[in-house]
Amino acid sequence: MSTVAVPFEVRSPVKNLAWWVPIALLLVAVPYAIPPYQTILLAYGLIMAIAALGFNLLLGYTGLLSFGHSAFFGTGAYVVALMVKYLHVQSMELFILGTLVASFILSLLFGFVCVRYTRIFFSILTLALSQVLWSLAYKFYWVTGGSDGLRVPTPTLLGRSLGSDEDKVTYLAHGYYYYVLVLFVACVLLMWLIVHSPFGKALQAIRDNETRARFVGIQIRKYRLVAFLVSGVFTGIAGALWVPLNGLTTPDILYWPFSGEIVFMAVLGGFHAFSGPIVGAVAFNYLKTFAVGYTTYWQGLLGVVLVVLVLLLPSGIVGTLTQLTAIIRKRLSK
Amino acid sequence: MNLLETTKLTKYFGETHAVDRVDFAVRENEVLALIGSNGAGKTSLVNLISGLLTPDSGRILLRGADVTTQSVHDRIQAGVARSFQIVNLFDQLTLLDNVALSIFSRQGKTRRLLTLADHYQPVWQEALQILHDFGLDRVRAMLAGGISQGERKLLDVAVACALRPKLLFLDEPTSGVSTRDKATIMDIITSIVRSEKITAVIIEHDMDIVFKYSDRIVVMHQGTILADGTPDEIRKNNAVTTTLIGTADA
Repeated sequence: MSTVAVPFEVRSPVKNLAWWVPIALLLVAVPYAIPPYQTILLAYGLIMAIAALGFNLLLGYTGLLSFGHSAFFGTGAYVVALMVKYLHVQSMELFILGTLVASFILSLLFGFVCVRYTRIFFSILTLALSQVLWSLAYKFYWVTGGSDGLRVPTPTLLGRSLGSDEDKVTYLAHGYYYYVLVLFVACVLLMWLIVHSPFGKALQAIRDNETRARFVGIQIRKYRLVAFLVSGVFTGIAGALWVPLNGLTTPDILYWPFSGEIVFMAVLGGFHAFSGPIVGAVAFNYLKTFAVGYTTYWQGLLGVVLVVLVLLLPSGIVGTLTQLTAIIRKRLSK
Repeated sequence: MNLLETTKLTKYFGETHAVDRVDFAVRENEVLALIGSNGAGKTSLVNLISGLLTPDSGRILLRGADVTTQSVHDRIQAGVARSFQIVNLFDQLTLLDNVALSIFSRQGKTRRLLTLADHYQPVWQEALQILHDFGLDRVRAMLAGGISQGERKLLDVAVACALRPKLLFLDEPTSGVSTRDKATIMDIITSIVRSEKITAVIIEHDMDIVFKYSDRIVVMHQGTILADGTPDEIRKNNAVTTTLIGTADA
C-alpha cells in the first residue's frame, strides 16, 4: 500500500454530550420547581429510562428484540422485596448490590440460552423464559406473596432514613429523586461509553451483518451474551429503584405486557438514537399516567397511540426530530 | 511453497457433489484465479476453506497446520480472510467504521467496552489510509449502505484487507459492476494485494480479467478440479475450452 499521509480529523464524541449538561441541570432543579407528585412522576420516568436504555442495547445496537425484559425488571424489584422480607435489609445500596448479583446471574442463565438464536426465535425465547419467572412469582405465594405481592418500605439512602417527622412524599420527591437522578446519570454515561466503545461498534456490526461480523473475527455469541448481561443488569437496577418508589411489587411487573411497555418506550422515543429510549420512557410514563386517569380503557388508548406512532413516526420522537432538524438546516443553508 | 493445501476435501448437499475429493493448493504470494461454470463448486470450496461450511471429509492445511475443524475466528487469526459474492457490509456504519472494525478486531480491541473507540487514533489513521489506498477516502463519512455497487465491492475487499491476511479469497469482486469499472477495481485490488504480499484467490467469471490479472488458474467442473496451470496453459487446454470457455472466448 502507498504511504501517502492522509490527514485525519480528530473526532470529539464528548461534544455530543455537551447538550446533555443543561438537561441535567434542569433535572437537578426539578424538585424546587414543580410539585412533589410531578417530581415523583419524573423519577418513575427516569427509572424506566434506565430499563429502556438497557433494553435498547439489545434492540438498537445488537439487533435483538427481547420480549422478556420484564424478567430482569421484576428480578430487581423482587430481590429488594425479598431482602426486606427475609434479611430485614433497608439500605438502598445493599438493595442495588443484591440486584446487581441477581440480575447478573439471571441474565447469564437467560442469555446463555437466548443468544444462540436471533429474530423471532430470540424474541419468543425471552418471552417464554420471562413467563416462567412470572408463573413462579404467582404460584410460590408463600415466598412472593402471590398476586398480593410484597410491600417494600422506604429505604435508607447512604445511611439516612426517613425521619419520624418527615413526610414520605417529600422524602421521595427530594432525597430519593436525587438518588435516582445520580444513578440515572451514571447509567446514561456508562451506556454511552459502552455504545461508543470498540465493543459497541462490534455490536452494531453484528446487528448490521452477522456474516461479515464473523468474518472480521467477531465471536458473535460471546458479544451477544455480554450485551445481554449488560442489558439485563441495567433493567434489574431499574426494577430495584422502582420498587421503593412504588412501595409494592406484584407479579404484574414480570408479566409479558410489562415487557411490551419497555418495547413501546424504545419505539416511542426511537431505538436508532441513543437518547430515543430515554425520551420514550419519560414520555410513555406521562402518557400512561394521563391515559389511566382519563379512561378505564387506557390500554386501548395506548394501543391506538402505538399504531399511530408506527404509521406516522416510524423513527420515533427523537428520530423524527432529528430528521426535521436536518431538513430545516438544509433549507436554511440554501 | 504451498500456503494452503486441501486433501480429498469433500462436501455433498444431498445428491449434489458440491466439492468432491478436491486436492487444491495455493502457493505463497501468487494471485490465483478459481474459475468454472455456475455450480462448479468454486464458492463451496472457498466456503469450506474460510470456515463458512464444514466439510464432510478431507483436510485443510494452512502452512502445514490442520485447520479443518477450526472456527472462523481461529482461521482469521491464522491469516485467512475473504470477501463475498453478494457484498457483506455493515450498512448502517460509515466506510471508516467498516474498515476500523476489522482493525479493532485484528488488534483484539473489540473486547474493550469502557474506552471510547475514537480515542484509538492509530486505528482510525490506518483505516483512513486503507480507504485512501482503495480510492474510497472521499466517501469515508458516508454510510456503507449509501454508496455505489463498485464502491461497495471495493469496500468489501478493503474490510478483508484491513485484517492483514496472509491468504485472501475474493469471491467475484467485479460482479454486478459495469465493464468500465471492472478494470479499475481489479487494478486497485491486485496492486494492493501484490504490494502487501498477500496471497490471493480470486473467483471470477470474466475471462479477460482472469487472464490479465492471475498468475495461475484452477478450473473447477462439477465439484472437481478440471485443470490447473498458467493462463497460457489454460487458454490452450482443450478440455477447458470445450467445457468452459468456448472457442470464441478462448
